[in-house]
Amino acid sequence: MIKLKHVNKNFGDLQVLKDVNLEVKEGEKLVIIGPSGSGKSTTVRCMNFLEEPSSGQVFINGGEITSKNKTKIVKDNMSMVFQQFNLYPHLTVLRNLTLAPMKLQHKSKAEAEELAYKYLDVVGLRDKANVYPTTLSGGQQQRIAIARALCSQTKIILFDEPTSALDPETIQEVLDVMIKLAKENITMVVVTHEMGFARQVADRIVFMADGQIIEEGDPEHFFNNPESERVKQFLGKIIRK
Amino acid sequence: MSGMFSYRAWEKVWIYRNTFSLGLLNTVKTSVLGILLALVIGLILGLMATSGNKLLKTIARVYVEIIQNTPVLLQCCFLYYYLAFSGHSMGIIATGVVALGIYTGAYMAEVFRAGIEAIPKGQGEAAHSQGFNYFETMYLVILPQTIKIILPPMVNQVVNLIKNTSCLYIIGGADLISLTYSFVTGENTGGAYAPAYIISGLLFFIICFPLSKFASTWESYLKKKEQRVNTAVKEA
Repeated sequence: MIKLKHVNKNFGDLQVLKDVNLEVKEGEKLVIIGPSGSGKSTTVRCMNFLEEPSSGQVFINGGEITSKNKTKIVKDNMSMVFQQFNLYPHLTVLRNLTLAPMKLQHKSKAEAEELAYKYLDVVGLRDKANVYPTTLSGGQQQRIAIARALCSQTKIILFDEPTSALDPETIQEVLDVMIKLAKENITMVVVTHEMGFARQVADRIVFMADGQIIEEGDPEHFFNNPESERVKQFLGKIIRK
Repeated sequence: MSGMFSYRAWEKVWIYRNTFSLGLLNTVKTSVLGILLALVIGLILGLMATSGNKLLKTIARVYVEIIQNTPVLLQCCFLYYYLAFSGHSMGIIATGVVALGIYTGAYMAEVFRAGIEAIPKGQGEAAHSQGFNYFETMYLVILPQTIKIILPPMVNQVVNLIKNTSCLYIIGGADLISLTYSFVTGENTGGAYAPAYIISGLLFFIICFPLSKFASTWESYLKKKEQRVNTAVKEA
């Protein structure tokens, strides 16, 4: 479904991705973890070409994504949930959800709203349809952002640290929605620091450090017998006894 | 004619009232068309300046700097005589519209640029992540959010353009300032300069003041509307 081949990314002199090779299968829940600055977010942002790789190739559904075809490939295949939610503040929650279905998938207003309410029910925020996003808590905004991603009905959803900007007490409500989604046949790529979530949901975990993939495996392997010293160190620091 | 505020001077202005209304009409006509042109030029240059494409950015920058750092009067004359001598003369009002559109367009470009740059980067990224192309992103997501920010400086530029129609005088215009000047220097009407300029100024004020007022009222209305929604939600 998603394939990264020899992807490198430089920001000026800084090389943030070094020969990243990664494949995500259809329906797979892939969780990317690692210390900050390890290139996790950049990896995910290369998948929908928010960042264009300096070299290497990205394939979505077998087709190579380029700067020319990225809009179409993204539109047909994937959506994204951001750390800062990035809801459109000038539109109500309902209009946030119906914008892409109406303008890109050319659904009628009635169809798009039906879809929007369906996914508002999934995230449990039907009663917020007519308010503006800025009036909601961070957790609620992120649930709306997830509903917005679902409204595009794409097979892939990318999550870039979806709970990192949230107050501790609202993190769980967002994770609960994501756990619910993980039961569907959606391909999920999730950058997160939530180890409990990773353990519960991931089919596979990828550990990155210094722009490289250091280790990957299923959660069982990962949390119980990691091979690399870097992973052991990282887990030792992040999982509180 | 005795005394600049004499009854007879005011009477003179009243008798020649059609001159003033003709000038006003020409000024309004030039302004409306000039503003439309300035908005188009400003939007295009503003998009170029924020595009991330080096060549487009440079073109926009050069345009803005040249236009902003030379007198509008010079630009107006240059255009008028260029057209006249190349045999493409298109009339004084049309020349005024183009000259003022080009001039104010440079300022509008900066207004649009600042407005677009004030919108967080995440907004454009969210739109791209949904599959919106550049123009859809601008039209549906970015530009609507800039309105609140750009409205007041934009109206300032509109007001400036209306006042700058006075530079049509140098190319023999029939705008309000030009006709007022002809009136006060005219053989029969000379001397009634005080009432003439007061009336002329008043006409400018009557157009420009409500515009400024409208802009500030609209801005605070939008802000209040947002607050109302916020409190309504908190109470619910």
